[in-house]
Amino acid sequence: MRLVLTSQSDQPRLRAAFSLGITTLLVMGLVASQWLLGDSAQQMQFDARLAPPSIDHWLGTDALGRELWARTLAGLALSFWVGCLAALLSTLIALSLAALATLSARLDALVSLLIDTLLSVPHLILLMLIAFALGGGTQAVIIAVAVTHWPSLARVLRAELLHLRQAPYVRISRALGKTRWFVLHDHLLPHLLPHCLVGALLLFPHAILHEAALTFLGFGLSPSQPAIGVLLADAMRYLNSGYWWLGVFPGLGLLLMVLSFERLSSHLRRAL
Amino acid sequence: MRLTHLSVVLLCVALVSFGLMMVSPIDPIDAYLGPQMAQVSPEQRELIAQRWGFDESPAVQFGHWLRQLVGGDLGWSHVYNQPVSDVIGQRFQRSIALLGGAWLLSALLGFSLGVVAGAKEGSRLDKIITTYAYITASTPAFWLAILAVLLFSVMLGWTPTCCAGPAGALNQDVSFATRLHHLLLPVATLALLGIASITLHTRTRMLALMRSDVAIYAFAQGASRIDVAWRHGLRHASLPAVTLAFASLGELFGGSILVEQVFAYPGLGQATVAAGLRSDVPLLLGIALFTTLFVSVGNMIANTLYGVIDPRIRQGEL
Repeated sequence: MRLVLTSQSDQPRLRAAFSLGITTLLVMGLVASQWLLGDSAQQMQFDARLAPPSIDHWLGTDALGRELWARTLAGLALSFWVGCLAALLSTLIALSLAALATLSARLDALVSLLIDTLLSVPHLILLMLIAFALGGGTQAVIIAVAVTHWPSLARVLRAELLHLRQAPYVRISRALGKTRWFVLHDHLLPHLLPHCLVGALLLFPHAILHEAALTFLGFGLSPSQPAIGVLLADAMRYLNSGYWWLGVFPGLGLLLMVLSFERLSSHLRRAL
Repeated sequence: MRLTHLSVVLLCVALVSFGLMMVSPIDPIDAYLGPQMAQVSPEQRELIAQRWGFDESPAVQFGHWLRQLVGGDLGWSHVYNQPVSDVIGQRFQRSIALLGGAWLLSALLGFSLGVVAGAKEGSRLDKIITTYAYITASTPAFWLAILAVLLFSVMLGWTPTCCAGPAGALNQDVSFATRLHHLLLPVATLALLGIASITLHTRTRMLALMRSDVAIYAFAQGASRIDVAWRHGLRHASLPAVTLAFASLGELFGGSILVEQVFAYPGLGQATVAAGLRSDVPLLLGIALFTTLFVSVGNMIANTLYGVIDPRIRQGEL
């Protein structure tokens, strides 16, 4: 933290590289842990139910004697994959709708009406409506998050596209008789890719947080999966009895993951 | 102009949410019957479907619903066994205390923290405030609420863990002080979450001002940092703060759903979750429309205030 703060104003690229390194390490550790641990997140030990954190049980155990640290790691890995898929889908939606909006004025008005509609319903309510419509489950969460998170990126991409279309090299290329597809594929897309990358990274933390919230409320991943939202919803039942570790550690893990991606994306945006 | 836009958006929201309910795999008759499902014969089911108009095409059903909606009838909520408008009215009355308190607190605190942080860039206070804002921006709302319950209710015992009043007490018997006591922790949690974005935006705006020619000129005349921040900065930085405060009503409401769920506070957010989990379609649709109206009005106020604070925008100079 100290290091990050002292190099604040002068070297945005160094900071971006630094947080990229940390986040990559975290993600690699997470993926590797899932590969090494197998299904230990679901293994029950009936002689060690609701054990507090100790040397044997690092973060304590839950009501069925399952290790909390293994479950938290599994939950973070689940969140990561759901977040990745949702951010990817959302970026694709943003890109295609932005491209559609630049085709004609009428389509543009339609897309901006769609954006206004989406932005005027509270995010969480819309997520609940979509998850309800799709009947819940992992797929429903991914689709719900993807469908609700594209507007800000679509706005950026649309502005960028409108700007690019007037650029001299695009107009020359058009005048030379290149096809629309060639212009889009060879001139515009390479220009938009960095925006898409940063946009997807900016979406990612929001996607994870919303996935966890949706699951916590009971609209998301099924209660048998070790998702962070499920762990915390379970913890709610034991709050009054003083089993604090159940409520503290899964959320802390989620916070750290979201924070590292949030920092990475804002550093990258500044560096590019 | 704005009103037509608002009604178009509301119509779109109605269409989209109705469409979503239509594609849902959950059968409305099963949801209504609940455990009595097995006692009902196919003929009776058909009667219910006919009585409620389920046998007609989705377009016709949408037309019916819209006509009733315009007439002010939102339908019947089977979870609460009351008209939907009554449920929303009662619940919103309880939620408004939570929402309003958190909203005021987060706007005021967020704005002042942003001004303080932006007034002196790179100071220790600035670093503490920005670090805090970055961390709360990434904190899951419901986790913060769980932490608050653990710390203040379970370990310290300062505040009650649940509900809007003591268990079993009738609504009218609960005194104002008890109500406030129950509201304290939810409001504080919700406010803490809302602070981050207002603080960061205000800070950015203040930084821009402190580096501007106006500030340099004032410094050259011997004004202190506090002078510049107070006389020039406050008004300059209030624009994004005010806009953001009104534009973030949707997020505030989303947060209140989670916070109400954790604190078991019987407000609109909890009703939303109950409606969704127990397939109360009319209530869910009603809440979706109601909150959309709430958020859109907030956005409209934000746009109008923009012109009041900065006359250049109203006159079209910017």
